[in-house]
Amino acid sequence: MENQTIIKVEHLAKKFGTFEAVKDVSFTVNKGDVFGFLGPNGAGKSTTIRCLLSLIQPDKGTIELFGKSLNNDRSAILRNIGSIIEKPDFYKYLSAQKNLEIFARVSGAQVSSKEIAEMLDFVGLGNRAKHKVKGFSHGMKQRLGIAQTLLHKPELIILDEPTTGLDPQGIIEIRNLILRLKNEQNKTILLSSHQLSEIELIANRMVIINQGRSIVEGEVAALLNSDETVVRIEIDEAETALKLVAESMNDVHVTQSGPNELEVTLSKQRVPELTRALVASGCAIHAIEPKRKLEDYFIKTIQA
Amino acid sequence: MLLKNTYNEFIKIVSKPRSYLGFGALTLLICIIIFAMKADGESIVSFVTASFEQTLSFNGKLVNGNLIAFIILQMLVVHIPLLVALVTGDLISGEAAMGTIRMLATKPISRTQIVLSKFIAGAMYTLLLTLWLGFLSLVVSHLVFGAGDLIVLNSDGLVILPEADILWRFGLGFCVAFLALLTVATLSLCLSAFSENSIGPIVATMAIIILFTIIGSLDVTVFDNIKPYLFTTHMASWRSFFEQPVPYDSIIQSIVVLLVHIIVLIGITLYKFNKKDITS
Repeated sequence: MENQTIIKVEHLAKKFGTFEAVKDVSFTVNKGDVFGFLGPNGAGKSTTIRCLLSLIQPDKGTIELFGKSLNNDRSAILRNIGSIIEKPDFYKYLSAQKNLEIFARVSGAQVSSKEIAEMLDFVGLGNRAKHKVKGFSHGMKQRLGIAQTLLHKPELIILDEPTTGLDPQGIIEIRNLILRLKNEQNKTILLSSHQLSEIELIANRMVIINQGRSIVEGEVAALLNSDETVVRIEIDEAETALKLVAESMNDVHVTQSGPNELEVTLSKQRVPELTRALVASGCAIHAIEPKRKLEDYFIKTIQA
Repeated sequence: MLLKNTYNEFIKIVSKPRSYLGFGALTLLICIIIFAMKADGESIVSFVTASFEQTLSFNGKLVNGNLIAFIILQMLVVHIPLLVALVTGDLISGEAAMGTIRMLATKPISRTQIVLSKFIAGAMYTLLLTLWLGFLSLVVSHLVFGAGDLIVLNSDGLVILPEADILWRFGLGFCVAFLALLTVATLSLCLSAFSENSIGPIVATMAIIILFTIIGSLDVTVFDNIKPYLFTTHMASWRSFFEQPVPYDSIIQSIVVLLVHIIVLIGITLYKFNKKDITS
């Protein structure tokens, strides 16, 4: 069951007038995946996601969800999907609870008042249930959006840029919510985001699209060669340290990325060895942290 | 799903402050008319009846609840379309502007059901507005002025309707007035499917009503062929119930024209909304 295909998109294309927003996008999402959907601005991510949710009718290509054609079984398919497209918008003149009641009624499932209250608690809005949405911050709306996606207990959750416009605290809150969905509820999640570090942290598979075409698809770990890591070191006498590392450690790539900063590419197992060598040489280390590799991989892939 | 979403739509309408604007405006306008008629009604009516006094003598209370209700209807049926369009013109475009249409369209409800539920909820709102108009104009006028025979001045002359022969005319008149307002509601809903802002469909609806009314009132031969098919020509058909004898053929023709408008406009709305790429 683990390899059951939940989303299968083949050769999707969509034009708006003469503008080809999506030219040829194909990818597959399996059950239980947290699937990163990446691409620069204007790559066609949102258009693809809107096609998946039947907001936009594609010109070419096929979309199958849960093994069914979106054209033939739209209602049955949408009953099993919860989604946030870019930013969740709600009826500002209604309370959080009323908004969820409205969406629950058309979700195709029986959702009780108790379940709505529990869902509001789950996203940390239990104490704001009766408050009108017009007074909510962007982060609170995002959390309410997630509550709305989960109300009818969907199997698949599609989140398009769920952290856009959020402050760091909001981004962490949403990330934790997604992790809870993955770990506690084993949902299949398609996550489109500009926050590559977020994708790297939580996605197991991904596709990168650029200029309307899918370029790379696969396991995140395999694509990023997860045995290797890049660490950023803030250090006094960076030039001396660079020389030391280059001379004393084999199979290590080291560069000076700033006056007091080094970037070292090496096997994860050798990070303690690197630290010991620097300490033993008397270099004063101010910080050492892993550098996210997805950013580099993404930029290289897009530029290629 | 249609019933559930109709309930949703009605909740949205009654929760929006602008929905009460129509009720408030109607109440205020009717109060002003009743106050004005209470203060100066006799002289206004005697100005109208003066031209008939050489051949007719008028006895009894001419300024009564029935006359005031008739005057109110006459004055307000022209203005109520704006109050209706204010709500129904916002039903689709308002959701597009807010972004909620995106959320709604990703639910397992068909777009046809979304449009039909909005139409039904809009019709219910229009009905409530018409009933409120009826209540204020008939009940309040009767409470303030009492009952009496109704004198109606129309193009054929003066029609005097006895008190016992009036209520059913108002009842049927309100039904036709409702149908006319429902046509306006459907027009604004249709325009709403083409727009992504709230104001556009409301302004466009009023512009169309004004344009059609002007065409209908111009005595130009070129327009004579299209006048019978303009819905604005039939918006005052409720008045025909106050003629003697009642011209049922003309009223049925008006009802057919209005119903055809409603069906065609819903058809256009369904076609447009079902084909629409939701990119907002």
